[in-house]
Amino acid sequence: MPLKTLWHRMGSPRWMYQMSGSWVWVLGVMATVLLIVGSLWGLAFAPADYQQGNSFRIIYIHVPTAIVSQSTYMLLGAAGLVLLVWRMKVADMVLATAVPFGMSMTALALFTGAVWGKPTWGTWWVWDARTTSMLVLLFLYFGLYALRQAIPRQETAGRACAVLALVGVINIPIIKYSVDWWLTLHQPATFKLTEAPAMPPEMWLPLAVNVLGIYCLLGAVLLAALRLEILRRERDTQWVRELVAAR
Amino acid sequence: MSFETFADFLAMGKHGLYVWLCYGVAVLVIAGNVLALRRQRRRFFREAAALQKRREADSA
Repeated sequence: MPLKTLWHRMGSPRWMYQMSGSWVWVLGVMATVLLIVGSLWGLAFAPADYQQGNSFRIIYIHVPTAIVSQSTYMLLGAAGLVLLVWRMKVADMVLATAVPFGMSMTALALFTGAVWGKPTWGTWWVWDARTTSMLVLLFLYFGLYALRQAIPRQETAGRACAVLALVGVINIPIIKYSVDWWLTLHQPATFKLTEAPAMPPEMWLPLAVNVLGIYCLLGAVLLAALRLEILRRERDTQWVRELVAAR
Repeated sequence: MSFETFADFLAMGKHGLYVWLCYGVAVLVIAGNVLALRRQRRRFFREAAALQKRREADSA
């Protein structure tokens, strides 16, 4: 399909709904398989860390959830931009539906980080740049969630959330470079675009599997939430009524 | 396999509590995301069907 046609079709909620049904299942199955394989591999087969022992196995949840929480936020920022510039319905729906998943992943990254910190750093929490900027990310998600609840008119809520999402994007490079810019207890990034990982492959391969798995989960959860949002907003159209009647 | 016995695997050196707590909470959070969506979707269809039935009764 030509790109231009695809772009226009994405403006049609009905087309989006019909196209995405099987993708939820494909991505959901892929996420389940990858996350189970990656976690079992990391838990049972990867060698223990020579300094941290077995507590380092928390990395196989901590890093994927931290990565996906930031990617989800970038998606929200992009959706905010598209909404403000082109007023695309789909962008507003992404802005409304991606927040709970991103919020839960940020909370999970912070939680696993704290539990990992206890045996490794000797403390659950430090107010350093990486942990604090991740906490700011969590509060940005809270803000996006609360803002939508607080404004009853959908269009106004969408635009307010778009502005907040866009402004908050500033926090993402701060999170990313916080371990390089400031002195910190936090270890540097595991995966970098420009260098090979400092870990041996038997340690980082299961991590890569789980990162892939969590992206599939993001895809599945986001698409499922989008489909529900489409149904809600198109409740009174002929095609949704037929869909409801057919069940 | 990096553990000799299943008990070793559960113990994770002396970090069993930390490791399994993280994995347990992760499973709960992921399942919570999926189950919440499923519940909301079912509720939508239930309520939309009830609404349609009411409208049909009104117009009849």
